[in-house]
Amino acid sequence: MAHYPTRLKTRQIYSWVGRPLLDRKLHCQTYKEMSVKKEGCSTEIHIQVGQFVLIEGDDDENPYVAKLLELFEDDSATYSKKRARVQWFMRFCEVPVNKQNLLGRKPAAQEIFWYDYPACNSNINAETIIGHVQVVALAPGEVIPMDLKNEKTFFVKLSWNEKKFEPLSPELIAQLDKLQEGSPRCQKPLEAKTKSTESPSWTTEHAVKRIESRHSTSKSRQTPSHPVTPRARKRLELSSFPRTPNTRISQQTSRASLDSPGRTKRKVAFSEITSPSKRSQPDGAQTLSPALQAPEKTGEIQHSCAKDDKKASPDCHMILRTRVPALKTTEISEERTLTPTRGGRKSSVVPLVVLKPENIRKREAKEPEFRDEATSTPHRIRRKSSLLTLNRIRQQLRFLGNSKSDEEGEEFLPAAEISDSGSEEDEASPPPLPRRTHSSVSRNLRSSMKSSLQTPSKTPKKTPEPRTPRHATPRIRSRNLAAQEPTNTLEEARLRLHVSAVPQSLPCREQEFQDIYNFVESKLLDHTGGCMYISGVPGTGKTATVHEVIRCLQQAAQANDVPPFQYIEVNGMKLTEPHQVYVQILQKLTGQRATANHAAELLAKRFRTRGSSQDTTVLLVDELDLLWTQKQDVMYNLFDWPTHKEARLVVLTIANTMDLPERIMMNRVSSRLGLTRMSFQPYTHSQLQQILVSRLEHLKAFEDDAIQLVARKVAALSGDARRCLDICRRATEICEYSHQKPGSPGLVTTAHLLEAVDEMFSSSYITAIKNSSVLEQSFLRAILAEFRRSGLEEATFQQVYSQHVALCRMEGLPYPTMSEAMAVCSHLGSCRLLLVEPSRNDLLLRVRLNVSQDDVLYALKEE
Amino acid sequence: MLINHALKELMEVEEVNENVLQVHLNGLLQINDKTALKEITRQLNLENVVGDKVFGSFAENLSFLLEALKKGDRTSSCPVIFILDEFDLFAHHKNQTLLYNLFDISQSAQTPVAVIGLTCRLDILELLEKRVKSRFSHRQIHLMNSFGFPQYLKIFKEQLSLPAVFPDKIFAEKWNENVQSLSEDRSVREILQKHFNVNKNLRSLHMLLMLALNRVTPSYPFVTAAHLMEANQLCSMDSKANIVHGLSVLEICLIIAMKHLNDIYEEEPFNFQMVYNEFQKFVQRKAHSVYNFEKPVVMKAFEHLQQLELIRPMERTSVNAQREYQLMKLLLDNTQIMNALQKYPNCPTDVRQWATSSLSWL
Repeated sequence: MAHYPTRLKTRQIYSWVGRPLLDRKLHCQTYKEMSVKKEGCSTEIHIQVGQFVLIEGDDDENPYVAKLLELFEDDSATYSKKRARVQWFMRFCEVPVNKQNLLGRKPAAQEIFWYDYPACNSNINAETIIGHVQVVALAPGEVIPMDLKNEKTFFVKLSWNEKKFEPLSPELIAQLDKLQEGSPRCQKPLEAKTKSTESPSWTTEHAVKRIESRHSTSKSRQTPSHPVTPRARKRLELSSFPRTPNTRISQQTSRASLDSPGRTKRKVAFSEITSPSKRSQPDGAQTLSPALQAPEKTGEIQHSCAKDDKKASPDCHMILRTRVPALKTTEISEERTLTPTRGGRKSSVVPLVVLKPENIRKREAKEPEFRDEATSTPHRIRRKSSLLTLNRIRQQLRFLGNSKSDEEGEEFLPAAEISDSGSEEDEASPPPLPRRTHSSVSRNLRSSMKSSLQTPSKTPKKTPEPRTPRHATPRIRSRNLAAQEPTNTLEEARLRLHVSAVPQSLPCREQEFQDIYNFVESKLLDHTGGCMYISGVPGTGKTATVHEVIRCLQQAAQANDVPPFQYIEVNGMKLTEPHQVYVQILQKLTGQRATANHAAELLAKRFRTRGSSQDTTVLLVDELDLLWTQKQDVMYNLFDWPTHKEARLVVLTIANTMDLPERIMMNRVSSRLGLTRMSFQPYTHSQLQQILVSRLEHLKAFEDDAIQLVARKVAALSGDARRCLDICRRATEICEYSHQKPGSPGLVTTAHLLEAVDEMFSSSYITAIKNSSVLEQSFLRAILAEFRRSGLEEATFQQVYSQHVALCRMEGLPYPTMSEAMAVCSHLGSCRLLLVEPSRNDLLLRVRLNVSQDDVLYALKEE
Repeated sequence: MLINHALKELMEVEEVNENVLQVHLNGLLQINDKTALKEITRQLNLENVVGDKVFGSFAENLSFLLEALKKGDRTSSCPVIFILDEFDLFAHHKNQTLLYNLFDISQSAQTPVAVIGLTCRLDILELLEKRVKSRFSHRQIHLMNSFGFPQYLKIFKEQLSLPAVFPDKIFAEKWNENVQSLSEDRSVREILQKHFNVNKNLRSLHMLLMLALNRVTPSYPFVTAAHLMEANQLCSMDSKANIVHGLSVLEICLIIAMKHLNDIYEEEPFNFQMVYNEFQKFVQRKAHSVYNFEKPVVMKAFEHLQQLELIRPMERTSVNAQREYQLMKLLLDNTQIMNALQKYPNCPTDVRQWATSSLSWL
């Protein structure tokens, strides 16, 4: 896909072309052309009303496509005075994913859909327009041309109304086609005539829209019957501008509805074709028809139709399709019989009847709210709508986020305040917005968001902005305070000793590194696949080494030493279920999302039949043993794919146990894994020492003896480098603490390290026993006595209790009641000093020691 | 337990440092990783991103959260503190996925994360899987009740005394004086010592004091040693003996019969028929005050005992097994029975005699 120039790249200047046409009533100026000039380059793009344009969205690759219906200046909008009205088109990727399958076929690359959804907003900031684009309407039978020379050409074949895809009606296609070619030329003269009349209807945006939708617009346009209403006629006379009947009528109707609520009622009735005013239409039409005939030529009808579209408010999209046949019939009837009114009316009536009851109901539902708006002053309406758009612009700004250039000048600044306050959230989470949800776009991450940003739910949604990628990655909000820089050597040491601080090179793993590197490199060079199994106890640097290898290889790939490859990492522990591995791989490979089964199929297909020459994929599977399933199909697949010729898949697997393939894998799985094994031995004490020294390079924080001590201690126990680093870090803390008063942190000595080691390795049981209450201690003693008596390592509570009582008698202590003893027993059980059965068994519950008897004796004797 | 102390301290630290996000999880509430993840998302206020999107699947949730946490680095993103209460329960989750990931994040250069687990189990490390354990920092703080009795006494005083900001100054003074004298009283010290011996736990001390304070009346608004004594008795009461006190004579007789059976057969289980026979023998030969009840009546009493869980069937009750022959075990100790019998009101003398000597009636 081409990369469209957006505002990010260059500063663009938007200016109107042509004389503004003032609407006196609402102080709104309409234009028919706008020019976009890029700074630093002399070319200007002229955008005219009726053209198809690209509108800036959040995705640079896929700007929104729309048809420009109207350009006007809105003074009440503080931030963006240049407004535009558009008819939207949808890209396939913008269709909600769960609805995409409704299409029933694969969309063509350049296919877009006529967006036939009334509830979306078509009023946008004119400065988000990027440039023109060509849109070609195709009849249902036509095939979308596959060879796409011009990437700026889109094809419309279907319309999308949030529920289903429907073929475009032939009329609409014709109309779109003609618009594309003819509108810039033939529209101009007419525009000049109609401009002035148009403007009022624009300012009362919503009102007009709804009215238009309520009547079928074409009808009211085609039938000059409306002058029948006296008030409207009066106004007609008042306005001395020449105008085409079409627009005049629409204006009149809108005014009429604005003026009198009663009219709106009439219009509802109108849709039922029983209104008296309509009955009077033929008369008016006949009287006026001669005058009308001249202007109402077919071309003009089409033009008016185009204007319809321009005005096409979201509401009227619903009936747009049904209206079109009406236009056609009028055309025909006009040409033949020169009685346009009747034809027009008739045809317009028909679609209305055809309208689904829901639609009518919907409109009726809208009626009251509309009436409120209509009765209130137009100013207020305008203000309201401008406020909404303002909010929307703000949102848009927020979504454009930090990538926004300063290009927007003064418009940007006020919005910047908001985005500042919400900046942390902006960066933190561009929430994947459902494109047309009515509830406000972003619920706030932190409460920092102003509520003003939330558009009322009534707001129609379709603005260029709310299309963020569906799978935006969220982020934790960023911190306010900067992380402290290490102030002394000890802190610096601690930082370096943290496991996360991966050193430049991994000492003591050179051989393993080389082996893995050679393996992967050879596979990359040969364009073949292969498996490798890496094992080793935790904390021996398996994953770190592989990461290091990949990093080196990526550098090499950049330097063209090895062919480029794709690197994917999966961790068995980070999966909820073995089969999820497919989903993860597929997602990282292609970005697609699918269910586990589907993903498995796709991946299998991909790896088995790789037609095009693609890069080798290097797949790292960490914690392999967790991918074990009953049928072992996951492992089987993972090891099976590389064996295919076309796959070019290198699989590196990591697990803890050396004999994992033999132990848990079936023969056919382990044979596919092959014999390329590598095991990471636990670090020896000298290696651990080397690691520590390399991490603490040029930092005098530890005594040499201390390092040696910890290395030996850990090596004797586990050889876990993580443990080693942890101990050292703890030791630095102890050291810092002990040196707090003198102020100068000294070296970490052996004593500090010993303390840390003790802390980590010493058993807590003995201290716990020492600190337990008298009764608990005597209970433990009773247990020991009972064990000695019976010679078993297990006793029932009853036996222990009787021993306990006997003991207490001997020592002259008051002996506890059964309940008390029980409480003591369960307390010791919860500490896991004792292993007890669930207490349901009561007296018969079996008790065992979780500590060795000697330990208990030792702890009890101390006292 | 003392977990609460740790939490309190933690809160104090965090009040100083407001630049921290906290996530509190409880093993009893977040019973699996799925709910835990949801809770984390909620507490991190990330759910707006999740929102009303179809985001049900556990796997998606996990990857989502991991990605969220991965995004950050040390310098830019806000540190998150995870506090896992009942940590041991998290260790029982499948594969310990949550713990692994939390530890892994804390050990890698991602969002700075501190994971604090709270548990009463001393062997928690043994519950962790080896790779999880390797990632664990092995830093354990053990909170023990290491104080002695003098400190215990001090705590007792502090807990009872009224603070200086108490509105009624005079009363507070009086009250505190009273508490002071209480703490010096010998009998009170004895009670506390006894309680201390049983349980060093502060929570149990609170319990004791609460019971004592409940006896304070407006007419005499001070705690006395007697109050404490009563409370202590309540605390250390044997609940089963109490139940025995409320039994009927027939039921007592049955228990005595069972006790004899236990003596004779050395703790072997018994069934109803055996108990009934024993009871019959007693009634026929010796008893004058106990009415010879019919078998169904005795059976009823027997079942009542079972409901009180004074006796327990050895196996699960099966439908086809006859109830008379179901094997049972007595859940009372001999000493308990004897003690209870002594306190039992209006116990017929022959029953008492029978209880003391199983062979006396021969």
